[in-house]
Amino acid sequence: MSEKRDMSRSRKLFITDKLMRLLLVGAASTSVLVVCLIFLFLFREAGPFALNPGLGKLLDSQWIPVSFQEEHFGVGPLLAGSALVTALAMLVTVPISVLVSIYIAEIAHPTEREFLKPFIEILASIPSVVLGFFGLLVVAPLIKTTFGLSTGLTALTGALLLSLMAIPTIISLSEDALVSVPYALKNASLALGASHLQTIFRVTLPAALPGIVAAVMLGIGRVIGETMAVLMVTGNSAILTASPLSSVRTMTATIAAEMGEVPFGSVHYQALFWIGIILLVITFFLNIIAQRVLKKYGMMK
Amino acid sequence: MNNTAEKLILFALRLITYAIVLVIGYILFDIIRNGAPALNWQFISGFPRRSGAAGGIFPAIVGTLSLVVGTIAVSLPLGIGGAIYLAEYAEQDKFNTLIRLAIVTLAGVPSIVFGLFGLGIFVLFCGFGPSILAGSLTLACMVLPTIIVASEESLRAVPKGFRDASLALGATKWEMIRTNILPYSMSGMITGSILGIGRAAGETAPILLTVAAFFLPRLPHSIFDQVMALPYHLYILATQHPEADRIRHMQYGTALVLLLLVLGLSLGAILIRTHFRKKFRW
Repeated sequence: MSEKRDMSRSRKLFITDKLMRLLLVGAASTSVLVVCLIFLFLFREAGPFALNPGLGKLLDSQWIPVSFQEEHFGVGPLLAGSALVTALAMLVTVPISVLVSIYIAEIAHPTEREFLKPFIEILASIPSVVLGFFGLLVVAPLIKTTFGLSTGLTALTGALLLSLMAIPTIISLSEDALVSVPYALKNASLALGASHLQTIFRVTLPAALPGIVAAVMLGIGRVIGETMAVLMVTGNSAILTASPLSSVRTMTATIAAEMGEVPFGSVHYQALFWIGIILLVITFFLNIIAQRVLKKYGMMK
Repeated sequence: MNNTAEKLILFALRLITYAIVLVIGYILFDIIRNGAPALNWQFISGFPRRSGAAGGIFPAIVGTLSLVVGTIAVSLPLGIGGAIYLAEYAEQDKFNTLIRLAIVTLAGVPSIVFGLFGLGIFVLFCGFGPSILAGSLTLACMVLPTIIVASEESLRAVPKGFRDASLALGATKWEMIRTNILPYSMSGMITGSILGIGRAAGETAPILLTVAAFFLPRLPHSIFDQVMALPYHLYILATQHPEADRIRHMQYGTALVLLLLVLGLSLGAILIRTHFRKKFRW
């Protein structure tokens, strides 16, 4: 009798065990499913554009989606806008972030570090629309008066705000890279008579370089994909320019600004989904390369 | 390198670091100083009037909170389940590599692309329309990688001996996980997840195309309703409103409420985590 009950109990346990395993595999597969669905649905909505008017339309030199004569869906100016803003942002972000991460990882006193790390983390959790709002009311007027412009809504303003967003990401990742450099390496350098700073710049920093490169690439991915702050402060004119002080329009801002007004399924609507696909592909490759770098140098956590 | 030069460089590094701290402090100070005067009971609990130029932001607060709850309901079970698989079951095989690749990819997808995706699949294909449901599902997809990574870390922090002891006593794998792993890692998983979800609460781009209503001064009745949301409300007031220049106090007030909500969630999560870190130490 009791043997029989034991049997049924262990069978129940066995079945629960198998069932849970199945459920957990299912949950883990969700991310794969979502990635596939993202690609599928972006192409599904964008698709018809490839036949009519044809993908060649994306290579036009202008982006004029609404017009009485001929509409132009050239993503070139938008791509250039994103590239300009991103490049400017990284120019500001990379040196600052690397230097700050060196300070936090190698120089700051432990109690100082306990304060600095969470404080900089706060910056990462400020919503981008709040930063954009701050940019609109504080940074843009500052740029306007500093450079004597008619408007403060420029590529530079957007870049400054984007660098505020990228700084915490890059600091935290490159700090990880610096901290993971083996002590033996640093101690060997110090034992040979190198000073603290010499050790940092000639031993620790080069050893952590792959991790820092990966951090920068992830930062670029984040900056290219950021929407709200650039939508609010870059002035949104879709023109080809290389001047940091002129207003530009990025790919992300274009989608956000125009998607609300287009009829579903129209050519313009499809063109906006193509911009989404381009963004997705860019960030996808940046991510893959960053992971490769980390893996190659054994810095994967 | 002589001593003076070295000291100078050290000083420069410290200067840059504290300049950043100062900038962050100023942003917070600016929002708080200008937002605090706008905060009062009527602003928090009242309904907006004149397209948001007057009155309160109650519907936007309710909207954002319902999105947070919806996002948690969808993403927490999926994310934690996925993390348990990765930490306890996964072997070094192709399936594991595929899942990790998917998580990394998902983490890098721009938020506006999630918005396009949500519009295509949930709003149009599934026919949910712009609704709390469509928005929560979109945000859930976005925070999934954050939750998985945080939860896996928390699971891996449980010592291996706990697993061995349980298995040696004849427990099945799931019994072992339920009795010996989850009780010690649950708090870490939930706080890590809340940190990610707090960030999602402040996102505008994904909800722009899937939920947010421009001006809807009533409360939602079901998950198929559209709602106002704090981030979108701030965006509209600051850039699209005809009286944008004259309603700065409304904008700053909304910004401050959003900031408090997001930072409050994060801070709460961090405090809980430190509490449990002290409780479980091995």
